[in-house]
Amino acid sequence: MTSPILVGKNARRFTAPSVIPGFGLTFGYTLIYLGLIVLFPLATLIWWSSELGLSGLYAIASEPRVAAALRTTFFISFAAAVIDLFFGLIVAWVLTRYDFAGRRLLDAFVDLPFALPTAVAGISLAALYSPNGWFGAPFADYDIKIAFTRWGILVALVFIGLPFVVRTVQPIVSELEVELEEASATLGAGRLQTVLRVMLPPLAPALLTGFALAFARSIGEYGSVIFIAGNIAYVSEIAPLLIVVKLEQYDVAGATGIATIMLVISFAALLLINLVQAWSRRRFGHV
Amino acid sequence: MFEIAIAPADDRGAKFRPVTQDSPLARYALIVTAVLFLALFLLAPLAIVFVEAFSKGIAPFLAAFDDPDALAAIRLTLLVAALAVPANLVFGLAASWSIAKFSFPGKSILVTLIDLPFSVSPVVAGLVYVLVFGGQGLFGPWLAAHGVQIIFAVPGIVLATIFVTFPFVARELIPLMQEQGKVEEEAALTLGASGFKTFLTVTLPNIKWGLLYGVLLCNARAMGEFGAVSVVSGHIRGLTNTIPLQVEILYNEYNNVAAFALAVLLAGLALVTLGLKTFLEWRHADALAGRARRH
Amino acid sequence: MEQDFGAFPALRDVSLDIQPGELVALLGPSGSGKTTLLRVIAGLNSPDRGRVLFDGENATNLPVQDRHVGMVFQNYALFKHMTVADNIAYGLRVRPRRTRPSRAAIKARVAELLQFVQLDGLGGRYPAQLSGGQRQRVALARALAIEPRVLLLDEPFGALDARVRKDLRRWLRDIHKQTGLTTVFVTHDQDEAMELADRVVVLNEGRIEQIGTPEELYDRPASPFVISFVGEAVALPVTIADGHVRFGGRELHIDTHGLRSGPARVFFRPADIAVAAEGNGDLEGRVESLRRTPAGVRATIAIDGYDQTLEIDSPLERSASLGGRVPLSLAKARIFPADENGEYVDAGDGI
Repeated sequence: MTSPILVGKNARRFTAPSVIPGFGLTFGYTLIYLGLIVLFPLATLIWWSSELGLSGLYAIASEPRVAAALRTTFFISFAAAVIDLFFGLIVAWVLTRYDFAGRRLLDAFVDLPFALPTAVAGISLAALYSPNGWFGAPFADYDIKIAFTRWGILVALVFIGLPFVVRTVQPIVSELEVELEEASATLGAGRLQTVLRVMLPPLAPALLTGFALAFARSIGEYGSVIFIAGNIAYVSEIAPLLIVVKLEQYDVAGATGIATIMLVISFAALLLINLVQAWSRRRFGHV
Repeated sequence: MFEIAIAPADDRGAKFRPVTQDSPLARYALIVTAVLFLALFLLAPLAIVFVEAFSKGIAPFLAAFDDPDALAAIRLTLLVAALAVPANLVFGLAASWSIAKFSFPGKSILVTLIDLPFSVSPVVAGLVYVLVFGGQGLFGPWLAAHGVQIIFAVPGIVLATIFVTFPFVARELIPLMQEQGKVEEEAALTLGASGFKTFLTVTLPNIKWGLLYGVLLCNARAMGEFGAVSVVSGHIRGLTNTIPLQVEILYNEYNNVAAFALAVLLAGLALVTLGLKTFLEWRHADALAGRARRH
Repeated sequence: MEQDFGAFPALRDVSLDIQPGELVALLGPSGSGKTTLLRVIAGLNSPDRGRVLFDGENATNLPVQDRHVGMVFQNYALFKHMTVADNIAYGLRVRPRRTRPSRAAIKARVAELLQFVQLDGLGGRYPAQLSGGQRQRVALARALAIEPRVLLLDEPFGALDARVRKDLRRWLRDIHKQTGLTTVFVTHDQDEAMELADRVVVLNEGRIEQIGTPEELYDRPASPFVISFVGEAVALPVTIADGHVRFGGRELHIDTHGLRSGPARVFFRPADIAVAAEGNGDLEGRVESLRRTPAGVRATIAIDGYDQTLEIDSPLERSASLGGRVPLSLAKARIFPADENGEYVDAGDGI
């Protein structure tokens, strides 16, 4: 006969012993809630797309209208993330390193795209860039249309992605050590050389992360885009909109296929982020 | 060989720019670029909401709220937030308690899974519920047979909102509670406090600002969510339209003033959220989790 | 030279002449202005008033980039995203094309410097993969790469543990011998300054207290601050009257040449006081406790009128009994006058 105490000692425990109560209750609730709200519905999506199979997914992706929407989404998201990368770096630099009137207020407003509901952003951008809007009218004089074209999509995605770059890069800019700049100067480097060779390289991992976050978000963005895009099939129709269109046509399989492809793209972007961060931690450490 | 001499003298000394400062020209150019960019891309879209809403004066603006459909949309939005935010609040507390106060295998996977809804397009978030509860969905036939409607009805809207706002409270609390460790809780327990009492009197006061911060962001997103809700709502006026959906309908009917009048409500919500968020970050920065990214 | 620069500690009337090839230490407590002085030499801080002369030429307005100073920063300031070799080559690569050495020449110079600082084969590593001592060497090699006119080091051993510190001290001394570079380093550690430097500049509150060789600082300290900062010192409050020094009713036989009557302080090192033969003492103390040491006994002695106790080693045969009174003799002491608030005003002569 084994004594119960001995069994307890030898049994492998799931959690390390602790005097703090409530593990079973909170952990159980966490798993059940996560499972019901997030994992089960997502699993349903995977199950549906596995029914389609690779060939089914390929068939959906190569429908001309779907292919056009995926291309539009992918390339414009990429372009928007590039623009955000450039201006996000400047904004982060200016907000962190310079002091000027209104800096704090501007800093707070960087988060506006996170806080402003996408539908509101969508209609206000459409109003701004429509041919008779504040920004649309000057362009309309030269026969350039922004709203209701691909340019409109670009504008909306730049808006949505900006805070991702700024907020990722900002802390790294503020951590740049003054001594590195001074060391570079004593070694004879001019200011521009110091900025390019000593200050920007350490920002690269953060910039790449911000870029990938902005890109991943843009791939899935819906609300702010559809009002300004014009939504012309084959031209300015984005993939998330096509999901909605397919659903309205009761083509659940088609919608599922597009959703699966979009998920793969945004997970690939997030995987890239993790790889970049792991790489930079290994390489540069914390000296 | 090299000689250095330093001498006090009446000359004015030197006044050169510290090497860590950019030239005034570069500085000026960068500030102007940043300010212009932010003004064009952030401030102008915000300003135009108010300009358009009041473009015909106060009366048409107010008239927009006289519409029973608009009032129904406001009521529904409040109802959805009142259900979704507490649900995710309870989850956030449970998840952060189990993750921060205990060690178990697979913890980092669990944390990643909790963040998952942020990486899913809102439209896809709506779609997955259609796949589960919709007419052609997993439980569709069974639900139809029992006369229960989830998709194109309020329960679907609530579920989709819970999905997209799922991580807000948890991702704020988990790092915060991990930073704080469990020493204080252990001390309270040795002093004879019960588990629940320990939570109320020790843990909660430590995390209250972080909790408020998470709830604030969760609420803003819950009231403003468009894509996910749009997929599951069915757009039935007066019944399944939240404020953002009502804005869309009014806008598509070229009822600009009414659309922007409702948008003013949401923009106001965004401004209040930003203001409180900035206040918390400024006043209680030490009581919030490290400067994590906000979505 | 005067410097008043916002948050930086100010420098006041600092005048300093550093000879070619000298190894000079700037010694002082934190906030004394020693780092500011180093940064003024480097051109990282600009003085409000005064001049910096390099080889007789006015360098006050010379930009950092053109000063050709080899600066080693306190935490080394290595570029984390560059390999060790790239760090060392940096100063050569950023030169304008006209004066930039060829790739091959840069490579050769880097190899030479790596060997010089005993880091052969580590050129491909990143700073994160090095120990503290190795990083210090890389920082030095990087500074030497530009063939500086002067080598400036800010607390060169501050971030290292005690054992590595000792090794690197000796090594720095050797490097200085080999290169013959005029070298200035900042330290708060008087042992370090005394061991390494040809001359030491003692700074306090932005002023130079004394400039001298280690011997001069030990033997002829110019101010009470120097005595107390460069080693341990006892300060007895005394009064001077008609050329006589009085301490609690006794007279101390100290030369008061040139000092006015009034309150003063007598400074001496613990090593300069000993238990004297009966009737021979300058001072008298009471034995508070006795402890055996290998060579004799260590007595803790209280002196009336002085609020701290002294530890005095004495041979066994002179040992006094616990609680008893012993005569004490002073071998060497210096006297500085104090004003009513106990502030020192001027230096006087020693015994």
